[in-house]
Amino acid sequence: MTVSVRSREQDGVTVVELEGEITSVTSAELQADILPLIGGTTTTVIDLSGVPYISSAGLRTLLLVHRQALRRQTVTVLVGLAEEVRFVMASTGFLDFFDVRENASAVLGPVRE
Amino acid sequence: MSTADRIDAYPTRTIAGYGVRSGRPLPFGATTVPGGVNFSVYSDRATRMWLVLFEAGAPRPLAELEFPAEFRTGSVFAMTVFGLDEEDLEYGFRADGPFDPEHGDRFDASRVLTDPYARMISGRDVWGSPPDRDRPCPYRPRLVRDDFDWGDDAPLRIPTEDLVVYELHVRGFTRHPSSGVSAPGTFAGLREKIPYLGELGVNCVELMPVFEFDEHGNPRRDPATGAPLADYWGYNTVGFFAPKAGYAATGRFGMQADEFKTLVKGLHAAGIEVILDVVFNHTAEGNEQGPTISFRGLDNATYYMLTPEGHYYNFSGTGNTVNCNHPVVRDFILDCLRHWVSEYHVDGFRFDLAAILDRAPDGTPLANPPLVEQLAHDPVLRHCKLIAEAWDAAGLYEVGSFPDYGRWAEWNGKYRDTVRRFLKGDEGTVGELATRLVGSPDLYSGRGTAASVNFVTAHDGFTLHDLVAYDTKHNEANGEGNADGANDNHSWNCGTEGPTGDPVILRLRGRQMKNALAILLTSQGVPMLLAGDELARTQSGNNNTYCQDNELSWLDWGLLEANAELHRFVRGLIAFRHAHPLLRGADHPGSEVSWHGVRAGEPDWSPESRLLAVLRGGDEQIYVVMNAHWEPHDLELPQPRPGTAWHLVADTAADSPHDLHLPGTEPPLEDPGRYRIAPRSTAILLAR
Repeated sequence: MTVSVRSREQDGVTVVELEGEITSVTSAELQADILPLIGGTTTTVIDLSGVPYISSAGLRTLLLVHRQALRRQTVTVLVGLAEEVRFVMASTGFLDFFDVRENASAVLGPVRE
Repeated sequence: MSTADRIDAYPTRTIAGYGVRSGRPLPFGATTVPGGVNFSVYSDRATRMWLVLFEAGAPRPLAELEFPAEFRTGSVFAMTVFGLDEEDLEYGFRADGPFDPEHGDRFDASRVLTDPYARMISGRDVWGSPPDRDRPCPYRPRLVRDDFDWGDDAPLRIPTEDLVVYELHVRGFTRHPSSGVSAPGTFAGLREKIPYLGELGVNCVELMPVFEFDEHGNPRRDPATGAPLADYWGYNTVGFFAPKAGYAATGRFGMQADEFKTLVKGLHAAGIEVILDVVFNHTAEGNEQGPTISFRGLDNATYYMLTPEGHYYNFSGTGNTVNCNHPVVRDFILDCLRHWVSEYHVDGFRFDLAAILDRAPDGTPLANPPLVEQLAHDPVLRHCKLIAEAWDAAGLYEVGSFPDYGRWAEWNGKYRDTVRRFLKGDEGTVGELATRLVGSPDLYSGRGTAASVNFVTAHDGFTLHDLVAYDTKHNEANGEGNADGANDNHSWNCGTEGPTGDPVILRLRGRQMKNALAILLTSQGVPMLLAGDELARTQSGNNNTYCQDNELSWLDWGLLEANAELHRFVRGLIAFRHAHPLLRGADHPGSEVSWHGVRAGEPDWSPESRLLAVLRGGDEQIYVVMNAHWEPHDLELPQPRPGTAWHLVADTAADSPHDLHLPGTEPPLEDPGRYRIAPRSTAILLAR
């Protein structure tokens, strides 16, 4: 099991699209795949519309990525959260750490300072 | 430092296909270590021990790894297992040893046992979901990540005497469809209600048990409807280190720890402390007929108080009694409380049937119980609130005499009974009422007022509404022929039993509720409110809803509109208490308190007296008059300090909003030296 990672750069923003379940099994590889994509632009959009489930370990991986990005002066924005993913993130407090938008096009313009 | 940096991060041998090495005996339980997981379990009497691994949710074990003899240090079996998927793992233990109940041993090697130190437990992930009784080890330990990001959060350390405690049931608080939260009946749901708590003004929530328990652990049915009854309150603990998964909206994903921590963090951010109601007097294993879950199969004679014949002592009224002062059990309880303070940032504990914490292994009450002393002086627990329910089910009643070591507070059952008896108009209560109002110096001399947790109602017994609407309990729905629950309720229905449309009775009930709350919130000591009493929540006369997972127990938020008047009154009283340190003095008062009757300076202590007024004076002056008589009285007021005049804060006989004036808006009295107190009412005056 892996999470597929596709990235592109648009309007000075890196968009990373993920697909698959982020769990303890997939998260280590995912982290290794994402980190090199961060830091080239000032904003990284992580598009989760292809992610139906994120486990406890998966949420921690996202937060670690976010923290790594901050150290590289890059803002992380999460988009495309499935309703359940958003609910789990809200209930467990993870949502509080992130900038969350509806979809990538909401970011491909000015980003919150 | 990477895992490669440790020279012991590799297996020394293979058991059942897993690389393992001799583990560390401490800490107990399952702990993530570089490359693997360390499992450690205590059993003094076991001859053999196995670690049983499951893939999450699987009916059959993945593997069973027997602890080699060399992996045992003293009475501790410890093994590090490498290469496990921590998120997809469940585990248990199997212990073999003698089955010899007469000598205390009840080993059963056919059972897979729950780790007493399990920090997360699966099996009851979604409240009420059908149980799988055939599953080996129905309550399966799982590993939990302890790297929650608390930011700068820490326990709040609000001075005890400044607390206004609000006792609530996590599920009951938001389970009702009217709650309007996104996940009813959960930690997340409660988090959404933090603004309500903040507006009400309480600064501490006391959560009824949140350790893992089995809501299906009740064999009874409602005789009228045939509906199965629940173990709704949750006092039969299955896992002492694990938050109840069924209380988490994310329990089905195994994220209950993060969800509960997020709740605590949110409450702290709103200035609200968290006290847990903890139950160390008994476990869910019951007596000889009960299920073997954990302790019984690991080391029965260590964990339970046994008679010389090997039967279970039943000081708890529930079948077994935890052997609290056995050195191993003492450590267990201490480890558990430290865990909740350090991992979950909780601010304190209320100990259910705490008199059992005082008993020796043979049941004898101890003058210096080592457990109670140890908890009082523990460095991690140093600033925690420790509150004893200072009695047990076998007649040990220690209200006022619980060994406190300068640290312990108590649920003051005598406060409850005195205020109830006064309110209903019993004779001979005024003298004792006076003592209760000032922090019960007869009970807590030398300990201060904060040793007294004052309450009129709690989860156990009538709600405030039912206290003034029922003369007797109505527990038929509990399936025991109305035999369960307390009989000495000191309640009065104000004229007719239960629901009525009679406006005179309804008005009197409303006033009696306000009287109780006015007395409670102007007494020295720590006031505790029962959730929903500010909205006149009813349980239809049931005074023991431990088994009622339905609208009898759930808070109906529609009451917020229906009983807005009472809610406003309580909110105002809490604000008044917070605004006036005089009401919260930590020391028992001396000359700064004076007593009055119909005439100033002349309290009537006679048995027939049903009126008492108390004047508290320091930099400010507060006068509270309580009239439980059915007649009005024209009071001569004591002189306020020169340059000030009496202003009216509250009068429970007045119509809302004149029953309570918000801080700064209190009107002066028409006649500065006199006040007419209506029948069965309470008034609060402030000199300024």
